[in-house]
Amino acid sequence: MKIVYTDSLIIGGGLAGLRIAIAAKQRGFDSIVLSLMPAKRSHSAAAQGGMQASLGASIKGEGDNEDVHFEDTVKGSDWGCDQDVARMFVNTAPKAIRQLCAWGVPWSRVRKGDREVVINGQKVTITEKDEAHGLITSRDFGGTKKWRTCFTSDGTGHTMLYAMDNKAIQLGIQVHERKEAIAIIHEDGVCHGAIVRDLITGELIAYVAKATVIATGGYGRLYEVTTNAVISEGIGNAIALETGVAPLGNMEAVQFHPTAIVPVGILTTEGCRGDGGLLLDKDGYRFMPDYEPGKKELASRDVVSRRMTEHIRKGKGVPSRYGDHLWLDITLLGRAHIEKNLREVKEICEYFLGIDPVKEYIPVRPTQHYSMGGVRTKPTGESPTMRGLFSAGEAACWDMHGFNRLGGNSVAETVVAGMIVGEYVADYCAENPLKIDTKLIEKFMDREKEKISTLLSREKGESSFALKKEMQQIMMDKVGIFRNEADLSQAVEELKVLHQRSKNIALRHKIASSNPELVEAIRVPKMIRLAQCVAYGAMLRKESRGAHAREDYPERNDRDWLKRTLTFWKDENADLPEVQYEELDVMKMEMPPGSRGYGVDNTIHHPDTEKRVAQLEDIKKANPSADRFEMQRLLNPIEIPDKFRGKNERIGKGFK
Amino acid sequence: MSDERILKFHILRYNPQVKGDVPTMKTYEVKEAPGMTIFIALNDIRENHDPSLQFDFICRAGICGSCAMIINGHPDLACRTLTSKFPDGEIKLLPLPGFELIGDLSVNTGKFMRAMSERVESWIHDTYADSVDLDRLEERMDPDIAEQIYELERCVECGCCVSACATKRMRDGFLTAVGFMRLARYALDPRDKRSDDEFYEIVGDDEGVFGCMTLLGCQDYCPKDLPHQTQIAYLRRRMALVK
Repeated sequence: MKIVYTDSLIIGGGLAGLRIAIAAKQRGFDSIVLSLMPAKRSHSAAAQGGMQASLGASIKGEGDNEDVHFEDTVKGSDWGCDQDVARMFVNTAPKAIRQLCAWGVPWSRVRKGDREVVINGQKVTITEKDEAHGLITSRDFGGTKKWRTCFTSDGTGHTMLYAMDNKAIQLGIQVHERKEAIAIIHEDGVCHGAIVRDLITGELIAYVAKATVIATGGYGRLYEVTTNAVISEGIGNAIALETGVAPLGNMEAVQFHPTAIVPVGILTTEGCRGDGGLLLDKDGYRFMPDYEPGKKELASRDVVSRRMTEHIRKGKGVPSRYGDHLWLDITLLGRAHIEKNLREVKEICEYFLGIDPVKEYIPVRPTQHYSMGGVRTKPTGESPTMRGLFSAGEAACWDMHGFNRLGGNSVAETVVAGMIVGEYVADYCAENPLKIDTKLIEKFMDREKEKISTLLSREKGESSFALKKEMQQIMMDKVGIFRNEADLSQAVEELKVLHQRSKNIALRHKIASSNPELVEAIRVPKMIRLAQCVAYGAMLRKESRGAHAREDYPERNDRDWLKRTLTFWKDENADLPEVQYEELDVMKMEMPPGSRGYGVDNTIHHPDTEKRVAQLEDIKKANPSADRFEMQRLLNPIEIPDKFRGKNERIGKGFK
Repeated sequence: MSDERILKFHILRYNPQVKGDVPTMKTYEVKEAPGMTIFIALNDIRENHDPSLQFDFICRAGICGSCAMIINGHPDLACRTLTSKFPDGEIKLLPLPGFELIGDLSVNTGKFMRAMSERVESWIHDTYADSVDLDRLEERMDPDIAEQIYELERCVECGCCVSACATKRMRDGFLTAVGFMRLARYALDPRDKRSDDEFYEIVGDDEGVFGCMTLLGCQDYCPKDLPHQTQIAYLRRRMALVK
C-alpha cells in the first residue's frame, strides 16, 4: 500500500487550491496539490472578464468601497448569502488584488486623460484623473453600482492563474499531476486525507494529511451544455457527499450565463456588455430596456438570462437548427477595442463560429455557467460536521454568493477564500497531529480497490457514457433556468432510476491503468448523485430566489425559505439524499432583506425583517459619531485573520 | 453542408502502460456534423468506437493549451480545429513530439513546463514582494508596459513551439521558445529586479538563446500568435551585450 504524507492536502490546482497551498507553505507547513492536469490548465484560466475589488481608482469607480461592494454582493445573492462571509470577502478583496499585483499579474492600468467608452449604446468621453495614472483600472459589470471589475485585457483568469502557479513553483510546492481523489478517508467526524487514483498507472495511493481541502471547482458538466471546462464534473463535491457526514449546501443554486455562443456553449465574457455591448432580438431590436429600464443589459446575470428566455418564448428569438437564440452586438465598440480588450471573444467567434464580431452579431443563449452550491463550510472554510475537511472556491458553499453570483466575484472569491481559508488551514495544521492509522487507511483503500475490480470484472452492464448523456439531458430539460413542480419531480424520479442503473456499469476496455472508460465509470455514479442533490433540492424549494426561478412559486419567500439547503448522503443504499435546512438569522444581518430592484417586488417578507430594520436604525441613531468602520463593527462584528484586518487605501480617500 | 461527409481519422495508437503494446496507426470513421471540431470528433470516437482512446481536453475553447497535437503534419490546438477545414475528409493525428508520451494522443507537457518554469525561475524576483503592505495603494505601472507584459504572457504552454523546434530535436536540453518568451516577459517587467547578468546565467549559452538556429517553427505554429521571432532576436541582442 503506497502512502504519501503531508500537512495539507489540496485537491484541485486552480486559483483557490494554489492560494491555500501557498498560505500553508508560507506558514511553514508542507502542502501537496493534486491536479487532474497541469495546474496552469485549470478552469480558473477561463475567467476572461475580471475580478471585483473596490479599488476605486478609475473615475467610474470613484466613491467605491467595501460597503458598496458588500451591498451589491448581498443584493446579487438575493439575500441568500452568508453576510459574515460576504463581509470578510469585500474587506479582503483589495488586498488580494494588490498581492497578486506584487506577484506579477499585469493588471490593466488607468491612463490619465480622456477616453471614449460606450455607455447605454452611446459613445461617451470620460476623463481619468492625473493622480490615478498607473493604478489598477476597472470596468463595468452586471449588478454593480460602480465600475469595480479589475482586469488584464481579456485574460484576467489566465494571468492570475499563471502568477499564482508561478508563485507556488517559486515556493517549491509540489503539484502531483494526473491524480484524481476518489474517496475521503475519515473516521468519527475527522478527515485524514484521500484515496487517490493515478490516471496514468491506475495505481491507488493514500494521501494522508492533517488538513484536506476540496478546491475542485464547479459541477457544470451535470448539464449537457455548459460554459464549464470538461473537467468541471463536481467530483470533489461528490467525494465529500459520499462521506455521509459532510453536507453540500444549496446545490440547487445554479447560474446560467446570458451570453454563451450557440451551439457549443463557450462563454463570451460579461465584459462584452460591461464595455457597452447590446442584446438584440430577431428584428435587431434592443429588448432589455423594456424589461429592465434601470440596469438594462447590465442587470444581474440571473435576471438577464430569464429576460432573454422570456423574450425567446414570445417568439422573438432567432431561429436556428440548434434552437432559438438572440444576438450579442459588440460591433459598436469598434475594432481597436475588441482586438485589445475582447480578443479572446474575437478568437472564439472566428474559430468556432467563423464570424468576425467587429462586423457581425454573435449568436448567444443563456447557458449553465456557475455552481453557487458546493461543500458547505463555516466562514473558516471547514466543514461544519467534519473536522480537517476544508473547501474553497467554486467547489465550496462558503456562501458569499447565495442564489446568484455577480460577474467578477468568482475569481475574486477564489483568491480571497484562498487567503482566508489558507490561514485557517494553517492554524489547523498547527493545532493537530498527523494521524496515521494504517488500519483505517486500508479500510478505505480496500473499498475503492474492490469497487474498481468489480467494474473491471463485470461482463455485461450499463455504459457510463450513455448514463451520463441521459443525466445531462434530464438536467437540461427539467432543472434549467425556469423550473416547476411537474418537471422537477419527473427529474427526481428519472435520476433515481439512473442512480440504480449506475450500480451496474460494465466496461468494454478492461484495463486498470490509464483508461478513459474506467475514469468515466468511476465518475458517472458520483455525478448522478450530485444531479440528484440539485434536482431534489430544487423540487423542495418552493419559492424563487436568485437563479432558482420557480414558475409555480414566482415570489421570493423570506418567511418560509430564508434558509440554506443542506444535502447529505448518509445511507450508501439510499435512493435520494437526505435534506436538512439551515436558517439564515435576519436578526444578525447587516443588510436585512429588501428588494433587488428588478421587475415587480413580490417578496413574502420574514417577520423579523421589520424588527431588524428598526434595530439597525436605533444602532445608527445611538452612535451618531461612528465612522463607517465603527458602524460596520456595531452592525456586524466578524472574525477575520489578523493579517487581513487593515483598512484599504484608495486614491483621493486615503484610508477612509 | 447538408450532404454529410464521412471523415476518416488516422490516429496513432500506443499505450506504454500495456506490456508488449506497439505503436500502430488506426483508422476510425466519423459522420461529420455541422461545426464539428476535432474535440467533438475524438469524443465521438471514444464513446462509440473505442473507449480506450487517450487524449487531453480541458477548456475546449482554445485557452488552456492542453490539446495540442500534430494535425495533418502541423502542431495545433485540436479543440478549435474545425473538421470542415479538411476538404478531403482525411485527418491524421499524432501526439506532440518532444514530450514524454502518456498514451495515444496524450503527452506529458506538464512535466516539461514545470521544469522550464523552474529553469527560468518564472516568477517576480523581488525581495520585497512578500512584505508589500497590502493595505496601501499598489505600485504604479505605465499602462503601456502592463499591456506589453500581457502580450508576452498570453502563452498557454501548449507545447506547439517545442514540437516545431528543429534545434530541440538536435539538442535535448534546449530551452525553446516557450522558455524564451517567459524570460522575455520577466525581463520586461519592472517588478522583476533581476539584472541582465542574471538572465545571462539562465540563457546565455547554446542550450539557451544562442543555440537557436532561427528556423522559427515557433513563430509559424504558435496558436496564440506570440511574437517569438522578435523576442528571441531581442533577447539574443540583449544577452550579447552582457560581457
